[in-house]
Amino acid sequence: MKLSSILTSLAISAVSVLFLSAATISQADPLKVGFVYVGPIGDHGWSYEHNEGRLAVEKKFGGKVKTTYVEKVPEGADAQRVINKLASTGHNLIFTTSFGYMNPTLKVAKKHPKVHFEHATGFKRDKNVSTYSGRFYEGRHVAGLIAGKMTKSNVIGYVASFPIPEVIRGINAVSIAARSVNPEVKIKVVWVSTWFDPGKEADAAKTLIDQGADIIMQHTDSPAPVQVAEKRGVWALGQASDMTAFGPKAHLTAIIDNWAPYYISRTQAVLDGTWKSGDTWGGFKSGMVLMAPYNKAIPKEVVAMAEKARIGIIDGSVHAFTGPIKDQSGKIVIPAGKVASDGMLAGMNFYVQGVEGKIPQ
Amino acid sequence: MIIEFVIPALLTIITASTPLVFAAIGEIVVEKSGVLNLGVEGMMIVGAVGAFAVTVKTGDPYIGVIAGAFSGLLLSFIFGFLTLYLYSNQVATGLALTIFGVGFSALLGHEFVGQTINSLPKLNPSFLSDIPGLGPLVFAQDFMVYLSVLMTILVTWFLMRSRWGLVLRAVGENHDAAHSIGFSVTLIRLLAVLFGGAMAGLGGAYLSLAHTPLWVENMSAGRGWIALALVVFASWRPWRAFFGAYLFGGITIIQLYAQGFGVDVPSQILSMLPYLVTIIVLVMISRDDFRIRISAPACLGKSFHPYG
Repeated sequence: MKLSSILTSLAISAVSVLFLSAATISQADPLKVGFVYVGPIGDHGWSYEHNEGRLAVEKKFGGKVKTTYVEKVPEGADAQRVINKLASTGHNLIFTTSFGYMNPTLKVAKKHPKVHFEHATGFKRDKNVSTYSGRFYEGRHVAGLIAGKMTKSNVIGYVASFPIPEVIRGINAVSIAARSVNPEVKIKVVWVSTWFDPGKEADAAKTLIDQGADIIMQHTDSPAPVQVAEKRGVWALGQASDMTAFGPKAHLTAIIDNWAPYYISRTQAVLDGTWKSGDTWGGFKSGMVLMAPYNKAIPKEVVAMAEKARIGIIDGSVHAFTGPIKDQSGKIVIPAGKVASDGMLAGMNFYVQGVEGKIPQ
Repeated sequence: MIIEFVIPALLTIITASTPLVFAAIGEIVVEKSGVLNLGVEGMMIVGAVGAFAVTVKTGDPYIGVIAGAFSGLLLSFIFGFLTLYLYSNQVATGLALTIFGVGFSALLGHEFVGQTINSLPKLNPSFLSDIPGLGPLVFAQDFMVYLSVLMTILVTWFLMRSRWGLVLRAVGENHDAAHSIGFSVTLIRLLAVLFGGAMAGLGGAYLSLAHTPLWVENMSAGRGWIALALVVFASWRPWRAFFGAYLFGGITIIQLYAQGFGVDVPSQILSMLPYLVTIIVLVMISRDDFRIRISAPACLGKSFHPYG
């Protein structure tokens, strides 16, 4: 058997499976809303939370909407086929929930001008393509404050996925917040080049603990790093959803993605005919970002400090990127008294002081 | 200093490599009998969910290990029945088995997402594991690590030294000749396929019970495909597959450590390394026509029709 023919048949079967799973066709009286997920909904992380948002839409509108989802859609050409399939089978509102779906979404949107598209975490829009994302760095700020207070070794280990601005912004937010309460803190980052591989994420967490980290943070989607932290007796901060079950002792808190309010309001807008293309970047204030319950092991004054920061972010008195902020070389990138603009945050591609290593290019 | 960092790294490498050893050794036996089962990933993930589910229900990870092996075996029986008795195409059936296994495990595992279990305990004879450095490394693993070494020894012995190993290889090299001297080609192949399924199931069980003691969909994340590549990488020899698995696991873990130490190597290149090594070895093996002819089973992937 030649390898090439194995690969060809593999590609053919993968594509046909995607088509089959996307082709959930029915009569179109209710508004059909489509969702495209990058991971399995059972990942207990990113895709899981998007699916919770979808379920909230179903619950809210009952018979007025009908939702369809396609999970585990690879970013790239397959994504375009899946989105196109949804658009051509009567879905009038389609949420594409991963950064890598940006160009596929725009291409399909051009072909289907009457369909409304919503792309998560992207920055390119069109007349019928909106973008939306969470200000997760606000959650990272609160998490960083707690981590800075809780660490004994002054090393925070960070399991990172891909070097895109979203992830780098999170790392920087943690470093700034943690060092504001504990200037000795260093952030060690390990890139695993995947959003979801429990084994590799666990190995990365073990590596960081072996190298002195006593707090594990992650920007990957499985709860494996939390579990490793529990086993090794260090602290962990969950990602995307409450991961307490995987580390009841270790889990300090988690930054929760809460898409339900946004998905409901956008579905309502399509039903009312008031949908407009735009960019939404919601944080604590709009409820798109939430904190999981704080671990009882966190001292009261640390919880009070974390809550003060959270409330400060809501009322606008606190910003996670408030100057003076220096990059790794010591150069001031945000002057004293200023805060980072949204444009700077959206394109962030440098490490601030306190983060070790270099961003992979 | 060296001990302080090398020992933990080696411990992590062992847990990352063990699932690959099981799956690859099993697949070697399958392919030596002349059957190409591309469903390793599917059997692994079903083994992982079976092991996890039974461990949750019974609370005993050892019963879970047996359940994992049994789950992989059951799935491989479907493959064996379809390809050996109904003569379906092995490549297509194997791929279907993977796709089916991934989906089926997600369905079975639905209620187990988020559950926690006691992971597979480490054997800990304290008088031995207290030896600094070497102790925790050699004497304090869980039993499946030792089992993976034992299985490598047993399979090597079986294939190269035992009469039935010779028969199995004969079936894989020339099924018509083996049939004409009275061996049941189909039955022997079915047994090999079932063994491969059980081994892949053990690999999966190791993932969900020891490596990351949890169940999430798709948690094998392509390790079955790496195991398949390892079989070619090892040119169908068990010990080479064993060391190949450790090489793969080793490169993956070492690149994580290198990053933690701030070594400036692009992580994408490091993540790519294991696959690059496979391609290079494939090219190297293919250059030597004779070597590939003596190591690749001649009837690999061909259906056998006893009355045709």
